[in-house]
Amino acid sequence: MNLTLYVWRQKNAQDKGHMETYEARDVSPHMSFLEMLDVVNEQLLLDGKEPIAFDHDCREGICGMCSMTINGIPHGPEKGTTVCQLHMRHFHDGDKIYIEPWRARAFPVVKDLIVDRTAFDRIMQAGGFISVNTGGTPDANTIPISKKAADTAMDAAACIGCGACVAACKNASAMLFVSAKVSHLVNLPQGKIEAAERVRKMVAQMDKEGFGNCTNYDECEAVCPKEIPVKFIAQMNREFLKAKFKK
Amino acid sequence: MSSTQVSSTPVQVAAPSNTLTTSIGRKVFMAITGFLLFGWLVGHMIGNLQIFLGQDKLNAYALTLKHLASVIWIVRIVMLAVISIHVFYGITLWLRNRASRPVKYVKEATVQATLASRTMIWTGLGLFLFIVYHLLHYTFIVTNPQYADLHDSLGRHDVYSMVILGFQNYLISIVYIVAMFCLSYHLSHALASFLQTLGWNKTEVQPLIKKIGYTVATLMFLGFSSIPIAVLLGIVTLPGGGH
Repeated sequence: MNLTLYVWRQKNAQDKGHMETYEARDVSPHMSFLEMLDVVNEQLLLDGKEPIAFDHDCREGICGMCSMTINGIPHGPEKGTTVCQLHMRHFHDGDKIYIEPWRARAFPVVKDLIVDRTAFDRIMQAGGFISVNTGGTPDANTIPISKKAADTAMDAAACIGCGACVAACKNASAMLFVSAKVSHLVNLPQGKIEAAERVRKMVAQMDKEGFGNCTNYDECEAVCPKEIPVKFIAQMNREFLKAKFKK
Repeated sequence: MSSTQVSSTPVQVAAPSNTLTTSIGRKVFMAITGFLLFGWLVGHMIGNLQIFLGQDKLNAYALTLKHLASVIWIVRIVMLAVISIHVFYGITLWLRNRASRPVKYVKEATVQATLASRTMIWTGLGLFLFIVYHLLHYTFIVTNPQYADLHDSLGRHDVYSMVILGFQNYLISIVYIVAMFCLSYHLSHALASFLQTLGWNKTEVQPLIKKIGYTVATLMFLGFSSIPIAVLLGIVTLPGGGH
């Protein structure tokens, strides 16, 4: 199939950036979206042009590195997938495809489709951990955890930190990401000890980074490649209020 | 043993701030003030609907409220504070949200966000302007000063006739109905999401909460708009039978 691509090109953080048009010829429906871009880049190199810069790593849908907004939807039109797991069979010959980076004040563009997501790392450093004393590995099952709590924590822990929730939110809010991290830890006994301090610090850091506020559009859960539900945002709100009353 | 250089940039971690300045804190205030406004509106609607019971019932109700002057003024002051917080935070949160995405998408798409959720600021501002007019019209009787002289046979202020005279004006009725549409549209998203903001949501009950929100919002629209519609259709008429 032949496609027309409109791709965001931006030399560096200072550059204003612009959309550029490329023709992708003879695209196989078996290619992943990233492989399609690899082929386009090979042609660009042969033509002596600068290839399109984009983030990618595992290409198995688990690392959360690939990050591009395809036709306005982060990770593209397929539900519950990352860009690397999006295959070209979901597109049709003659399609026009807009490819843009995540758009958020807290995620400045580094180059083309690559954005700087260290804001997420700083939120994690603010409280997205549990403190453990060093020593031998603790025995398995020393702390009983109910199946329900383990399942809920695991659902939240599925977050790969890709930032699609921020990219999709009309307010560029990071609430789904932060709530997934808060819920992942607070649903387990090990995470309860620092629960109040954690949620306070992580929310403060989230605000400081310049993310927007949640207004319950639910766009985040619709694009999340790990299909993390917005109920975790409710849990974070609850934990935040509990932490306030504890003070 | 060679010393390993651990390169780590010192992290500037934000100090936990005051509830009122955090994003979640402000959202919680929006939810609480919004719910108080909703509760007040339910009472207002039930009061208004007494117009269908006739002149005597409505004017007697209005007089009862007037006799509770001190309570009414407390309620008015509280509602003024509540609405001020709701409007102020609504606008400041909206401004901050816009600032969070300085470069817009060339191709913008929406997967599941409702139009109601995306127009909260506009339905809200529309409602705010309407409330100012509505108070000048019926509460402080500034726009139509002749209403102040309306009295029924018992010498009570004739609220019943005042409402009918007001709504017999097509323009006033249309503005009112449009404002009530803004209200119910605003409420359809608000009622579906205030429990989420206050920290309670379960994926299984989310569709039910949304359905209840939409139903209550529709009932509010029907309840409020039924009055101008009944006046325009001649179902509710002036005591003398006059139009």
